[in-house]
Amino acid sequence: MHSVLLVVAAFLASAVEMVEALTIVLAVGVTRGWRSAGWGVATALAALVAIAGIFGPALANLPIDVLRLVIGTILLIFGLQWLRKAILRSSGLKAQHDEDAIFRDEIKELRAAGQRGVGDWYAFTVAFKGVFLEGLEVAFIIVTFGGAQKNVGLAALGAAAALVVVCIAGAIAHAPLSRVPENTLKFGVGIMLSSFGIFWSAEGAGVSWPGADASLLGVIAFVIVVSFGLVAWLRRAVADAGLAIA
Amino acid sequence: MKWLSQFARFWYDFIVGDDWTIAVAVVVIVAITDVVANAGRVAWPIVPIGVAVVLSLSVRRVLRVHQQQARELGEGGTQ
Repeated sequence: MHSVLLVVAAFLASAVEMVEALTIVLAVGVTRGWRSAGWGVATALAALVAIAGIFGPALANLPIDVLRLVIGTILLIFGLQWLRKAILRSSGLKAQHDEDAIFRDEIKELRAAGQRGVGDWYAFTVAFKGVFLEGLEVAFIIVTFGGAQKNVGLAALGAAAALVVVCIAGAIAHAPLSRVPENTLKFGVGIMLSSFGIFWSAEGAGVSWPGADASLLGVIAFVIVVSFGLVAWLRRAVADAGLAIA
Repeated sequence: MKWLSQFARFWYDFIVGDDWTIAVAVVVIVAITDVVANAGRVAWPIVPIGVAVVLSLSVRRVLRVHQQQARELGEGGTQ
């Protein structure tokens, strides 16, 4: 059960980051050609593999309680940030994430950047930055999820599945994946990250959960109830004051 | 040096984000949990309840800012 939830959480969180990277790479490829964009992607992936190779093995040597305390706390801070944004978006206090609008903005910027050459450094840099930064976020998700469970391979499996699905979807669509319900996905990911963060940080601090690992389901249910309760309360307050942004 | 500060900024934005008080509150909650658990007391409700309170306060602050801005705009419009 725990392992299935781990793979699902890693898959969803990685998929959201990969959709964002795909939007940037597609914008670069469509406007300035695929050659330099491809080199940018390949170089970023090589840099990410090197970073994972350096920091991954170091985690295996740390005691599990320390890992869970530190990683659980970081994951909880990180997850609450996602959840907070998702709650604000759902209640109309923050604009929705729009891949189509991001794609249009990227294209405008890339076209304004001047003529392309055979070796288009601008295209290379934009593609590299997009994939490297979003990839670092995926690496963070794999390391935190996998590290706290002492099973980086399982978290990497979820991320690899997300990579395959997003790449296939991108190749078929050849356009930003605006049909992916990204805001709903981010809400789900925020709930999962926060729940795992609560569970692991408390366990790392020495807590014995009633029902052991099965209590993770209770934590997830609690976070869902709190989140939807906050959305309902905020929506009512937004409607009463006529505040909606999006 | 500039690259290093940009790199640090990226991780700060990525992990801590818009509301640094959440990060501070989570560290305090986990520290309290550690003390209570190591004293042999029941500590499992502290993190979930603490997180619910922190999240509620954080989104309420955003709501208050929007309400304040709407009031100021309304007052500006009537002058």
